[in-house]
Amino acid sequence: MSVATQERAESSVSIRDLSLSFGATRVLESLDLEIGAGEFLVLLGSSGCGKSTLLNCIAGLLDVSEGQIFIKGKNVTWEEPKDRGIGMVFQSYALYPQMTVRGNLSFGLKHAKLPKAQIAERVARAASVLQMEALLDRKPAQLSGGQRQRVAIGRALVRDVDVFLFDEPLSNLDAKLRAELRVEIKRLHQTLANTMIYVTHDQVEAMTLADRIAIMKAGSVQQLGSPKDIYNRPVNRYVAAFIGSPSMNFLPGQLIEQDGQAHFRGEGFEASLAGYPFDGAGRDGEAGRPVELGIRPEHVLTGADIEGAPLVVEVVVDVVEPMGSDTQIWSSLGGQEFRFRVDGQSEIRPGDRVPIGLDAARANVFDVATGLRL
Amino acid sequence: MAESTVGALPTAVATDPHGPRGARPRPVFSRRNIFLYGTLLLVAVYYALPLYVMVVTSLKGMPEIRLGNIFSPPVEVTFQPWVKAWSEACTGLNCDGLQRGFWNSVIITVPSVVISIAIASVNGYALANWRFKGANVFFTILIFGAFIPYQVLLYPMVILLRELGLYGSLWGLVLVHTIFGMPILTLLFRNYFSSIPEELFKAARVDGAGFWGIFLQIMVPMSLPIFVVAMILQITGIWNDFLFGVIYTKPANYPMTVQLNNIVNSVQGVKEYNVNMAATILTGLVPLIVYFASGKLFVRGIAAGAVKG
Repeated sequence: MSVATQERAESSVSIRDLSLSFGATRVLESLDLEIGAGEFLVLLGSSGCGKSTLLNCIAGLLDVSEGQIFIKGKNVTWEEPKDRGIGMVFQSYALYPQMTVRGNLSFGLKHAKLPKAQIAERVARAASVLQMEALLDRKPAQLSGGQRQRVAIGRALVRDVDVFLFDEPLSNLDAKLRAELRVEIKRLHQTLANTMIYVTHDQVEAMTLADRIAIMKAGSVQQLGSPKDIYNRPVNRYVAAFIGSPSMNFLPGQLIEQDGQAHFRGEGFEASLAGYPFDGAGRDGEAGRPVELGIRPEHVLTGADIEGAPLVVEVVVDVVEPMGSDTQIWSSLGGQEFRFRVDGQSEIRPGDRVPIGLDAARANVFDVATGLRL
Repeated sequence: MAESTVGALPTAVATDPHGPRGARPRPVFSRRNIFLYGTLLLVAVYYALPLYVMVVTSLKGMPEIRLGNIFSPPVEVTFQPWVKAWSEACTGLNCDGLQRGFWNSVIITVPSVVISIAIASVNGYALANWRFKGANVFFTILIFGAFIPYQVLLYPMVILLRELGLYGSLWGLVLVHTIFGMPILTLLFRNYFSSIPEELFKAARVDGAGFWGIFLQIMVPMSLPIFVVAMILQITGIWNDFLFGVIYTKPANYPMTVQLNNIVNSVQGVKEYNVNMAATILTGLVPLIVYFASGKLFVRGIAAGAVKG
């Protein structure tokens, strides 16, 4: 076995230099993606970023313009969807309305010309995994939204495939059901240990489900990494602003050098960046380079924690939003809107002057020109 | 409300046992109703009167008709004109009545409807779901076809049928009806199939169904309403056709409409109004039955289609 094929065999889905154009519009821009066997990969991005398009390409529902797709080491770029070893779950459930649940589950198996006994067995197994034995003889119209999506998952399940593709499966459900099914999908992944590729625009779904997240924008992957990586060390300003709710604070300023130590000079304050994990050569460059300091609301130090922080400033509280478990404070710093989070029992009121601390180790510095993290 | 306490909450009024309940009653003979139903009645009478005259006349003998009271009911009811219209009326040398035309029309209509709907539904499905290369050009040409006046195409069609050896035959007319029905039917089916969620089609592809599998097992069962609409359009359109029937067939193969014309407009002998009326009603009966029968099916079809899956 050559090195190349061995490498391919290890990853379940492999996307090589994939491009797709609709007429003159380039929807996917030479994508490379390796998805390991049993991995849960989430494609995350705002609408129109090409995440669903990429999933449709993997499924074989769209013909690619350039590049290749391998599933389990086999080049499937021009294979029919049914021959790729994939199962797919759609946002609108896409159940066949004239068939019963049983008919929906066995439709693909009948087309695969499986013997009747085997079809019955697989349907029964999927129904028991998803706890919907009682629903088998109902029509989709007689089911609730959550039940319908469960049937849709079951339809992928009976196919006994290596790769599951989910196209925003929970977007049509209400918040409570969404949370329930999210856990169910995670549990399913833990039991089956199949490769799953999951498209969503919901960052909570992405963070909770993913082994790795691929953040997409304008047809290319901005960052591919574990949820923690993406949260803690976003590669650029776009990813930093996209992940996290409430989203990250950005303070414009300059990167300067003082006593051999990097400092951030904002409007009306200055902070040492001692302990900031600069990425390689990022620190180089002329002094006074325009940068943005990004800090998540939940990483702003308050109360007793500010002791020892490299920067302590006082801000005036503008709006207080109690959320129960914690309270969100809106204020301003250096002429910019600035949000931070305090304990839910806090007694801070609008108009109060509150000292806050910024911790360089948890901050992010972005180059204004390139948007990249330094 | 005299007994209601001063200062009582307005909600108390609703629960007052003596207070008004239910919707506000409307007078039956309001000016609005009189005007509305009066107009409707007038229009209905205006449209129904000719039918009444036809039915009444067809049940009278010729001496009674000659008296001239076209609105009076028949004194002596006779079904002789109906029998004559169906099996004895003469057109040219043939004296076997409308029945020959009726069967010709049946032989023309049934295959025309079945073939045109079968082809157009597949056309519409391919155009809506498979977006093959050149689909838009094909569709534009087809739509363009729907707007070409028939008269322009009459003579080229004659040549075409002659070359095919179908000129004058019933199958030639079937071919003409199938072709001329294609643009509007394809448009109808394409629009309907486009309204079916695309994800359903994608799901069926992932499940391994092919072009025909998706069409026959997923699309067609969901499309009863549009098939009924297409059938109504085609049956009435083809049954009522006169122009193509008279041009592309020969006397032995004339459809019912053409034969009716020949009976009614015969210039020889006495004008038998009662026979003419009976013949006309007989000819119009098929579209009428289609409307009444399929109307119910049509509504049921729409209702069945409205249940979201």
